[in-house]
Amino acid sequence: MALDEYEKRDFQVIGSRPVRPDGIDKVTGRALYGADAVLPGMLVGKVLRSPHPHARIRSIDTRAAAALNGVRAVVTGADFGEIRKGETRNVAENAMAFDHALYDGHAVAAVAATSEAVAREALKLIEVDYEVLPHVTEIAAAMAPGAPVVHAGFVEDSVPDGFSENVTARHEFGHGDLEAGFARADKVIARTLKTAATHQGYIEPNACLASMGPDGRGDLWCCTQGHYFVRQLCAEIMGIEESRLRVTASEIGGGFGGKTTVFVEPVALMLSKKAGAPVKLVMSRNEVFRASGPTVSSEIDVKIGMTRDGRITAAEAELRYQGGAFPNITVMFGAMAAFAAYDLGAVRTVGYNVLTNRPKQAAYRAPGAPMAIYAVESVVNELCEELGLDPLEVRLKNAARKGTKSSYGPTFNDIGLVATLEAAQAHPHYRAPLGPNQGRGLSCGFWFNFGGNTSVSLSVDMDGSVSVTEGNPDIGGSRASIAMMAAEELGIPFERVRAIVADTASLGHNDVTDGSRVTFAVGLATIKAARAAKKELCKRAAMMWGIDEEAVTWENGCAKPSGPNAGSFEPLPIEKIARKSPRTGGPIAGHHEVNAEGAGVSFGVHLCDVEVDPETGHTKILRYTIFQDAGKAIHPDYVEGQMQGGAVQGIGWALNEEYIYGKDGRLQNPGFLDYRIPVASDLPDIDTVILEIPNPGHPYGVRGVGETGIVPPLAAVSNAVSHAIGTRLYELPMSPPKILKAIREG
Amino acid sequence: MSKTHVTTTINGTRTEFLCEANETLLTVLRDRLHLTGAKEGCGSGDCGACSVTLNGRLVASCLVLGVEAEGAEITTVEGMAEGGELHPLQQKFLDLAALQCGVCTPGILVAAKALLEKNPDPSEQEVRYWLAGNLCRCTGYDKIIKAVLAAAADLRGAA
Amino acid sequence: MVAVTLWGSLRALTDGQAEIEVEASNFKEVLTALEQRYPALAPQFERGVSMAIDGVIYKESWATPVRPDSEVVLMPLMVGG
Ligand code: FES
Ligand code: FES
Repeated sequence: MALDEYEKRDFQVIGSRPVRPDGIDKVTGRALYGADAVLPGMLVGKVLRSPHPHARIRSIDTRAAAALNGVRAVVTGADFGEIRKGETRNVAENAMAFDHALYDGHAVAAVAATSEAVAREALKLIEVDYEVLPHVTEIAAAMAPGAPVVHAGFVEDSVPDGFSENVTARHEFGHGDLEAGFARADKVIARTLKTAATHQGYIEPNACLASMGPDGRGDLWCCTQGHYFVRQLCAEIMGIEESRLRVTASEIGGGFGGKTTVFVEPVALMLSKKAGAPVKLVMSRNEVFRASGPTVSSEIDVKIGMTRDGRITAAEAELRYQGGAFPNITVMFGAMAAFAAYDLGAVRTVGYNVLTNRPKQAAYRAPGAPMAIYAVESVVNELCEELGLDPLEVRLKNAARKGTKSSYGPTFNDIGLVATLEAAQAHPHYRAPLGPNQGRGLSCGFWFNFGGNTSVSLSVDMDGSVSVTEGNPDIGGSRASIAMMAAEELGIPFERVRAIVADTASLGHNDVTDGSRVTFAVGLATIKAARAAKKELCKRAAMMWGIDEEAVTWENGCAKPSGPNAGSFEPLPIEKIARKSPRTGGPIAGHHEVNAEGAGVSFGVHLCDVEVDPETGHTKILRYTIFQDAGKAIHPDYVEGQMQGGAVQGIGWALNEEYIYGKDGRLQNPGFLDYRIPVASDLPDIDTVILEIPNPGHPYGVRGVGETGIVPPLAAVSNAVSHAIGTRLYELPMSPPKILKAIREG
Repeated sequence: MSKTHVTTTINGTRTEFLCEANETLLTVLRDRLHLTGAKEGCGSGDCGACSVTLNGRLVASCLVLGVEAEGAEITTVEGMAEGGELHPLQQKFLDLAALQCGVCTPGILVAAKALLEKNPDPSEQEVRYWLAGNLCRCTGYDKIIKAVLAAAADLRGAA
Repeated sequence: MVAVTLWGSLRALTDGQAEIEVEASNFKEVLTALEQRYPALAPQFERGVSMAIDGVIYKESWATPVRPDSEVVLMPLMVGG
């Protein structure tokens, strides 16, 4: 894809707010999610999980469980033990421990039984002989020399000698002369900031229904952000060809990155294969917290130099992330994103990934970026406070813009950061009066956005209505925006287009719904598919009129002769062409397959006002405004929804949410009571200002909007709290006891 | 374990089922009666996704036993629309885009309906506190609160 | 010749070189040329790389053209989220 995709135009459908096609099923209870499907003869699967954070599994005795009446299959790591390579091996070992339990909650065995009660009973009968090993759950302890080795064999050659074996990778980015830059600064501040691990907190627990036939063909129904990827992983783990496994994505009750991989799906497939019957496996909330993928926790050193008039002269960060007992690249994204909002002559970031005895992390909205940008935006604000500068002015002065060499390498094209900052500056929120114990904070945010493999098929049905078949689960209203783009391109009403998410047998490979890619990449493929269909429609009209194909154009849902020489014919609407299609060559369709590139980064700025109760340390969010560049908002309601949802997740991260591990290495708060996500009464209205700086890489100018919104709240809330209490916290979450302590210590 | 025979009314229809003594109402609704509108988000009363009303009272059906339904009137999200006609709350949720993934939606609709039956003119604060037991991770609640207030205004207008 | 900028961690594999000139007209040829010069890069390329060409990030598309005056920056493969 080139940068010349974008064409300015007036839109008919794009930018309007039609009711989403899946809405009616969701308000009436008809929509089917992961746990809602049933099959005749279905068994119930249950997983036995390690109570130890780290242990060698000497043996597992499953005989008594297998003998229990109603138990139809038992599986352990031995059933998955075939040697595989790379990430699939890690996914398999995470789904079912091979010879070591690597974290509290790691699956060690599973059963399928005729009822939930029998399955539970069977789990109690499984005897696991553990040799408990020393464990480590925190970053500093895992990096210390002599730390218990969590999971050997993952150290990449990028890691210099002298590190603990738990440090698996080192990433470095940057350019320019740091020393000279810091020497030019009037003020240099260096700080260490920490963020806790949080969970995506999707309300629907991971769930699936698996059915493996005796011929090695299987069907899997599951809630996932990417059923093609699920198929790829599960087929490899099961040792079957991809085409033998058909995966259907259910409605998905939230994912936010957490459902981009598999946890229970391979287990259910293996149980089904052994039992010869369908198996439904649904995680409990406790299991979701302990054994699906939360995000990383982090420790970040940031050093920034600034001149008296607010120009940043040099910036440096070392990021240390832990994401559980398997390697991941989240810290790399953090190291790339940390300083993305700034135009810097000298910048360097170094990231280390650290293994701990915690669950294997999964992506969470803009993975790696929120914590890195929290650290940077905190120190930038502190510099502004020290130098008596306006934090927004300083950001404008240093903002990345078109032509800036980004801190991670490439030079930016059209980006919307300056426009969002100016919008924030002009907004009444920025000047609203503050009372006692109140404070205001701001932060920039950034995400790269992805494109990726995409396959879309669009058919013109016999009556001229249109079906769009796409392969990406709809996590935020994408069926609506896809149908809108098809309608726009074809010049027909939105109501005449139906977009569905097809199973893995229906289309070519589609990458996971990740990186805010769907509206961008699937949208792009949809537009191209619609253009192919339009071309065919014009050809058919030409045949009906008996003129040259080139002499026909498409306008407002009709074929029209182009120019006086083409002859004078009444415009032919799509339904008339469709109805005649059997006589003009058969069904009319368009399809498009692409590895979409040119996704276009997205920037946002958040403003946050808080009031801190000096007695209790409780923080109340008073006012919150989001400014974000959407390129082009296809359906503004869902763009706002993405921005608001992301912001509130970030607010939870800033104030309450955290994985708490005890000395025993066990997760202390695996439930919504103790892992507290924001509720309606915690929040004010979340105001949004959508900016539209077109992405040159998309025909309508679209940028992904799903992820950037979670990035700024961490620092925006923290900066607001500092402003309110007159002292700064360097650690998230800022729970009331921590705030009280900070107030007391001044 | 022997099962208990329960006679109850669900969404206005007399319904009978057999269930174990320790089975929750949520399990009965979902697994025995195939009313999967109520969702299990936590199983411990913390998320509200399983909200239904029992004799007009809003309950978390994961904390109620199936046998407690004996002789009771239960309503679920499946009973909200009358015939083909959506309840104003449902319509406002659609019109104002108050849902994304939609898994919290059935519980929130049932809870909001219970609120409006008690208090047809709630303040924004009252709506926020009433719905504090219903977690939504997608929307940030903003559009949900606006939809409930709009539906309340509609219902008052119609009454 | 195209000037290719490497990200920080790769520089350890190229004797500290941050920018390398290669003869190439597309994504694939850039990789092949670099690999020939610095075989130590091969494992990293096997794991996957993205390439920013004039500011646009390409994940894998080998055929993407590269002009002599293009800004070419190698980046790690971006997945997940
Ligand atoms: S499932 Fe009942 S409150 Fe969460
Ligand atoms: S819409 Fe997804 S949890 Fe509320």
